[in-house]
Amino acid sequence: MIRIVKRPEAGRRRNLLIWAGAFVLALLAGAAFLALLGQKPWEIYGMILKGAFVGSRRNPLSAIQATIVKFVPLLLVSLGLTLAFQMRFWNIGGEGQMILGAIAASAFALYTPNLPQPLLAILMLLAGCAAGGLWALLPAVCKVRLGVNETLFTLMMNYVALYLVAYLQSGPWQRTPGFASVGSFSENIRLPKLFGVHIGWLLALALTALIWAYLRHTKQGYELRVAGESQTTARYAGMRVGRIVLRTMFFSGAVCGLAGMIQVAGIDYTLSTGVTGGVGFTGITLAWLAQLNPPAIALAAAVFSILEKGSSSIPPDIMAAEAAQVLQSILLFSFLICEFFRRYAIRWRAAKP
Amino acid sequence: MVRLEAIRLEQVRKTFGTVAANDGVHLDLQFGEVLALLGENGSGKTTLMNMLSGIYQPDGGAIYVRGQRAQIRSPRDARRLGVGMVHQHFKLVDSFTALENIVLGPGGGTLRAARAKIEAMCGEFGFPFRPDQRVRDMSVGEKQTVEIQKLLYRGADILILDEPTAVLTPQESAVLFAMLRRLRDSGQAVIIITHKLSEVLEISDRVTVLRRGRSVATVPTAETNAARLTELMVGRPVDLKISRPACPQAPELLRIQQLTVKNEEGYALRDVSFSLAGGEILGVAGIAGCGQKELCETIAGLQKAESGGILFDGQDILGHSPADIIRRGISMSFIPEDRLGMGLVAPMNIIDNMLLKTFRHARGPLLRRAAARAMAQKIIAELEIATPGPHTPVRQLSGGNVQKVLLGREIESNPRLLITAYPVRGLDTHTSFAIYDLLNRQKQNGVGILFIGEDLDVLLELCDRVLVLCRGECMGIVDARQTTKEELGLMMTGSRLQQAQRGKGAAE
Repeated sequence: MIRIVKRPEAGRRRNLLIWAGAFVLALLAGAAFLALLGQKPWEIYGMILKGAFVGSRRNPLSAIQATIVKFVPLLLVSLGLTLAFQMRFWNIGGEGQMILGAIAASAFALYTPNLPQPLLAILMLLAGCAAGGLWALLPAVCKVRLGVNETLFTLMMNYVALYLVAYLQSGPWQRTPGFASVGSFSENIRLPKLFGVHIGWLLALALTALIWAYLRHTKQGYELRVAGESQTTARYAGMRVGRIVLRTMFFSGAVCGLAGMIQVAGIDYTLSTGVTGGVGFTGITLAWLAQLNPPAIALAAAVFSILEKGSSSIPPDIMAAEAAQVLQSILLFSFLICEFFRRYAIRWRAAKP
Repeated sequence: MVRLEAIRLEQVRKTFGTVAANDGVHLDLQFGEVLALLGENGSGKTTLMNMLSGIYQPDGGAIYVRGQRAQIRSPRDARRLGVGMVHQHFKLVDSFTALENIVLGPGGGTLRAARAKIEAMCGEFGFPFRPDQRVRDMSVGEKQTVEIQKLLYRGADILILDEPTAVLTPQESAVLFAMLRRLRDSGQAVIIITHKLSEVLEISDRVTVLRRGRSVATVPTAETNAARLTELMVGRPVDLKISRPACPQAPELLRIQQLTVKNEEGYALRDVSFSLAGGEILGVAGIAGCGQKELCETIAGLQKAESGGILFDGQDILGHSPADIIRRGISMSFIPEDRLGMGLVAPMNIIDNMLLKTFRHARGPLLRRAAARAMAQKIIAELEIATPGPHTPVRQLSGGNVQKVLLGREIESNPRLLITAYPVRGLDTHTSFAIYDLLNRQKQNGVGILFIGEDLDVLLELCDRVLVLCRGECMGIVDARQTTKEELGLMMTGSRLQQAQRGKGAAE
């Protein structure tokens, strides 16, 4: 008979060791998959690393820059969702909140493209945060006032946001008749660059530190963690749980909205239905993988963007893009399984002697 | 008379992770006797008995049943060997009748055959048997009887009862004990697990005492006494007297007026009125689930009331949330029954748990942990909390230490009213007495204390007055110095104060 039992809580050093082991095991599992495809696993891994870090001869930094471009929205959305998850509020609406941030930023790009650049950037940033936050507030209000399940609500809001973009593209914001696109925005809206990448990466790293400090060292962060552990305890301690939920969800959506704004103003320079690239969902996995700990999220997001950028640069005649995605999933999945075994052990009952 | 050996344990050991729940346990049980297994909470009583009933397997040592070495791998093995256990939480199907519950399970036979067999069996032992009564309509005592009948029907002649009186009134306990004596006299072997000394002395023939997972002594009950047993259980002499310091009468602090609270099942509290003065301990007695929880939570602002009034210093606070109550500067502390689910945040460390009530006091948006750290260190030292340090998550502490963290924090806030729900539940003797002392010290400082209790001996010794609840109604308030356990027991089962006194008078 098989039983699953909880392990005693391990010390920090042992945890680090287990995680390192998990990483190696994940690589081995991925290697097994590659071998099955008839590939030489270590060559493929080498190509992934090369693809993520080594650019062309003309611009050796281009690969790293492209990896960072993938890293920024992933990190931001994951951080945003972490705020909600720390409160045990299942915000599955990162996609929608990011899209709304992108829409709001685009509105300024379309209607006030000639404002001075710094002012425009700040307006777009504030609008993106506000739109993402308000979009997240709707399910939060319904949860607090009416007890509506937030998981489904936030998930559904993603599709509303997505089709809102589709409508704008082929409706009021259409550039050329017959062509579903809002066109390219004016150069004036583009975020300034630092080391060849838009400054979004600086914002993302700063927010990592900020959110870590918010959760650990502010009264609001303390309140949301208490409410996440037990709402009765929070009420017992005289906290206004409804208010905490609304506030936290606004912040959660605002950070996702910021990711949308940065995507529009830093990379896409347009608004399209592909603005999120699915990070609203990937971000959920990363947040949990990193156990809702902001520095760990930054690390996980870095690993994941290296994997993504690296595998996308493997030529399709060597390995199909789909196989690269399966590989990514295998790595992620192996890591999650190891995480399970870090907490639980399986015991086989002794057979009869 | 030569008695047959029912069970013998030799050097039995059971570890969970790195913790030895049992180690080197010796125990023997004869047919025709009641053996009490005495030990504090966490001393390994239940683990030991779970090994006899096949729920756990020992990691070492040997178990003999009827003189034969036995491997008990599952409850089914236990049943085959004639070992049956009545757990603290009954395992009955509510919508089935007594008869159906008894027959339920493999090898139960037909209902008709069973009915005759059980009737004969109950006739032999003189047990009441109402085969067609549904379990959901039964009192706790009746359910327990069905559990015992279930075991006997399956042919068990070695019975283990895990804290059987925890949920019973004194009257129901007396019925149970009479039943156990009849079983013993007809040759059954009975083990009763308990941590109440009065019960050990009343029912058992011999006592085996467990301390920290080890069996420290086995003595004939007739040759021992409460003080000696406590010493064995705790490991050193303990003064078993709870003091009740007299305090000068302070003005009224809390007045509850005709408080009525409803929950999903109907009235949780109905027209409950009482008043509490500073410097007194008002006990609340009652069978579990008779409105104690609702009473505490409504006063603390966590539940809504239908009608009535809660006056704190003349100020009506009914309908205010805990946040409102704190903001109005009402100095009240509530130590809830569910310590880790309400009073504390289980995964947070002791320091962060200290912050729960005080984090607002700091100016600005940041948490100030310095004061909380000092407070954590102070209560760890003063209340002798066993912890690696203030940074340990409270869920890693033992039950008694968790309670001390909670109590320490609440007392540090210098409340004028202290509401405690089952403050010593799950705690060992030494810690319980430390907590009574703590409450008495608060009382002497003029704090009004509402003490929800379950052990009637404690309520009678510690409290000044005792209010008895039965199904949400107040049966009366008695002076703890004047009343008796029997009177409280009658009131707990629904007799009003006057009736209870009349009943007692008639009995005398």
